[in-house]
Amino acid sequence: MPMNIKIIDYDMGNVHSVQNALTFLGYESSLAVDASSIHEADCLILPGVGAFEDGMVSLHKKKMIEPLKEAFVRGKKILGICLGMQLLLDKSYEMGEHVGLGFIKGEVTRFSFDSEGLKIPHMGWNSLDISKKDPIFENLPETPYVYFVHSYHVKITDESLILATTHYGKPFCSAFKSGQTYGLQFHPEKSQEVGLKILKNFLENT
Amino acid sequence: MLAKRIIPCLDIQNGRVVKGVTFVDLCDVGDPVQVAQRYEEAKADELIFLDITASHEKREIMRDVVKKTAEAVFMPLTVGGGIRNISHIEDMLKSGADKVSLNTVSLENPSLIQEASKRFGSQCIVVAMDVKREPDGKYFVYTHGGRHRVNKEALQWAKEVEALGAGEILLTSMDCDGTKNGYDLEITSLISSSLSIPVIASGGVGSLEHLYEGFAKGKADAVLAASVFHFGKISIPEAKSYLKEKGVLVRN
Repeated sequence: MPMNIKIIDYDMGNVHSVQNALTFLGYESSLAVDASSIHEADCLILPGVGAFEDGMVSLHKKKMIEPLKEAFVRGKKILGICLGMQLLLDKSYEMGEHVGLGFIKGEVTRFSFDSEGLKIPHMGWNSLDISKKDPIFENLPETPYVYFVHSYHVKITDESLILATTHYGKPFCSAFKSGQTYGLQFHPEKSQEVGLKILKNFLENT
Repeated sequence: MLAKRIIPCLDIQNGRVVKGVTFVDLCDVGDPVQVAQRYEEAKADELIFLDITASHEKREIMRDVVKKTAEAVFMPLTVGGGIRNISHIEDMLKSGADKVSLNTVSLENPSLIQEASKRFGSQCIVVAMDVKREPDGKYFVYTHGGRHRVNKEALQWAKEVEALGAGEILLTSMDCDGTKNGYDLEITSLISSSLSIPVIASGGVGSLEHLYEGFAKGKADAVLAASVFHFGKISIPEAKSYLKEKGVLVRN
């Protein structure tokens, strides 16, 4: 039976970009617009761009927080992308202090640089330093380049969950995995061949 | 480390690529989707579509172009030209654009930058600035495709748009545009080093060296060009290997 893939539509950015990539790869997917469609899914993708607080408020309004927690506890495949990755953590310091979904211990903080004159947002193609072999990164080039656009990044408490780091001023966690839940700070759906491969790996190999 | 970006810009009129593109093996050189796919294969880092359709009642044509492109090409896509308000922005983002570029409207109605960046996130709001140098060495901003001078100095305006929430600046020198003599490195470097958001250099590329100078002397985060890429004078892989040799970090 084909996997029931749902992309969570909570009004935080372009869910269609992710869906376009899945369609291109030959996977059927649909948008989860309410709690019940989250229950039905085998595999959940939480995309998102924008502010952390808005994201949590929106998930709350759509009554999606509990079903997401249930999916996590039951070990469903979950992929958080960009803001979607950050929301999986305990809390964020983006414009105040806000509570997240709390699936992964850790917090989200803003980039801060002493003197290097680095721009914020961190926008463009940067490489992944893969620190842990994982099926999601199978058959990629040695240091694959992927597309980032963000001003905040995750700091996870249990560093053994980190799959890859990326260097911007200093190394930060650009991919993690806990059980069947993956978080990616970059946009696989905008990372050409490498990104499509990562999405395919997530769906097929993990 | 973050790579420097190379961005081809395509002019689109009534849904067709204009100013010709000479990829010899394309069956339809006017089809934006085919041209975009070819740039994806060449590993361009992003694409910009500039809608130069005179009548913007024909918006649905551009919507369709963006939608079809986003279904076939998986890299960041910026759309500019004729975007006047929040609903236009939303339209383009929903059709599959990752960023929109605001030009004339940003000066006529600066609060749109703020409203749009709050609503959709700074990362998708690019402000395009057309600037021109005056005899005393000061740079001023122009609107309406360079026809109207605004009484605002370029650096001051750049700082204002950053404060209003723009995520990136697309800086075009009207003096250099079309000359093939290289970017205006002075204003590019001044603005790029005074701001904390990325700056895309635009206008004047005629050679590989110009791309290099855009980064090395102009301090740009990305370089944009149109005709040198479209007419095959410079290919993207050629540009990348040249820049790499010169010590600029680019994506393979």
